Amino acid sequence: MKRLYLLGVAAAIVMFAVAPFWIMGAPDIDVPNATPDVLLSYKIFFYHVPSAMVMFVSAFVCGIASAMHLFRKKPGADRLAAAAGELVVVFGLIVLVTGPLWARKAWGVWWQWDARLTSTLLMWMIFLAYLLVRRFGGPGADRLSAAMAVFGMANVPFVYVSVNIWRTIHPTTQVVPSLSPGMRGPFWFCVLAFVLLFSLLLAMRARLERLRADVEHLYLLADEE
Amino acid sequence: MPMFLKVAWLVMRKDLTVEVRSREVLYTTVFFAVACVLVFAFALVKEGRPLDDAAAGIMWISVAFAGTLALGRTFERERHSETLRALMLAPTSRPAIYVGKLLGIVLLLLVVEAVLVPLVGLLFHAPIASQPLTLASLLVFGTIGFSAVGTLFAAMLVRARSRDVMLPVLLYPITIPVIIAGVRGTAALFDPEPSVDLAQMWMALLVFFDIVFVTLSLWTFEPLMTE
Repeated sequence: MKRLYLLGVAAAIVMFAVAPFWIMGAPDIDVPNATPDVLLSYKIFFYHVPSAMVMFVSAFVCGIASAMHLFRKKPGADRLAAAAGELVVVFGLIVLVTGPLWARKAWGVWWQWDARLTSTLLMWMIFLAYLLVRRFGGPGADRLSAAMAVFGMANVPFVYVSVNIWRTIHPTTQVVPSLSPGMRGPFWFCVLAFVLLFSLLLAMRARLERLRADVEHLYLLADEE
Repeated sequence: MPMFLKVAWLVMRKDLTVEVRSREVLYTTVFFAVACVLVFAFALVKEGRPLDDAAAGIMWISVAFAGTLALGRTFERERHSETLRALMLAPTSRPAIYVGKLLGIVLLLLVVEAVLVPLVGLLFHAPIASQPLTLASLLVFGTIGFSAVGTLFAAMLVRARSRDVMLPVLLYPITIPVIIAGVRGTAALFDPEPSVDLAQMWMALLVFFDIVFVTLSLWTFEPLMTE
């Protein structure tokens, strides 16, 4: 198992090291009169979209694991939810940082109060609240936060379709299927790299929680003796 | 099903009877909502004229703040003598108890809004009487969505030590979509050129959120309240 982890970590490092070179070699976007700045800033798409995808996946993992914990009372599901909840916040932060970096060049402003941006920020805040409750909720915090995660998961489809329903300036979800062949390769490579990173972090974080629970159990046993 | 409705009705009637006799939550909540409106009036009125769309925003923020206060107080009352536990021990379906509690909170907040909305109309020259039915429906659906999540979390937090801090932390991020839809819908009505179509689009969104929130709450209430 440990060997598998090491292999995964090595693969992730290599993938993230190779990705920038491939991305730089990808063809430019087909925008008339685009300045070199805009052409360069669009490359952030290769990090922004995969991290957003992983954020959605993570929110689903967190929500489903929380529901499992609520209804089946499985401690393992709770630990998985805790790990996934933290990863939603981490990858959400990447999305929320890379987005404005691109928007500054493409739209001229860092932030726009637009449906997609607002709903993504909202989703990120729900999971931040999830972590706050987990940490400071006191006894019973695991179930409280689980309910929070279930409601947070209900928000995901809403965030996803918000660009297609409302007229906003954020590019729609049609961008990915309509990528030019030269961009498709590096894009899906980046998606794979982010998914690998996510799986590794999730597995490690869940394992850490399990070990922590084991140690606590041992402490309790030692106290009883 | 009739049993379900009967239990919900009895729980609601119990809550309203307690409230009618003491009027504690009602008086404090109305006073707090009015104080909120006044604070915003000082912040958002410039040279005697309110900013555009300020009235709709102030109205909904006051409803949300007052709602949080009412939720906290209502369940604080249930904590004394462990009456919530007694209610949970009753041999009846838990979702019915939730629905009863929810109806009680919604009715209480609607009474608060009945005071708040004319006040906002008066102080901010908002045309509240131009589309009374649409405005009332927006308020009803918005209040249901807000209270659906609020009742669930306030009930869960009864046992938690840090409930006063945790209720807003949990409640506001989840209910922001409801507040957005409420504010935008109301702003469309308060506009110098009111757009009923736009308000109805936001109302449809509110109904959608109500369905999602009430369904999720009914689904999770049972496992959440099990000790």
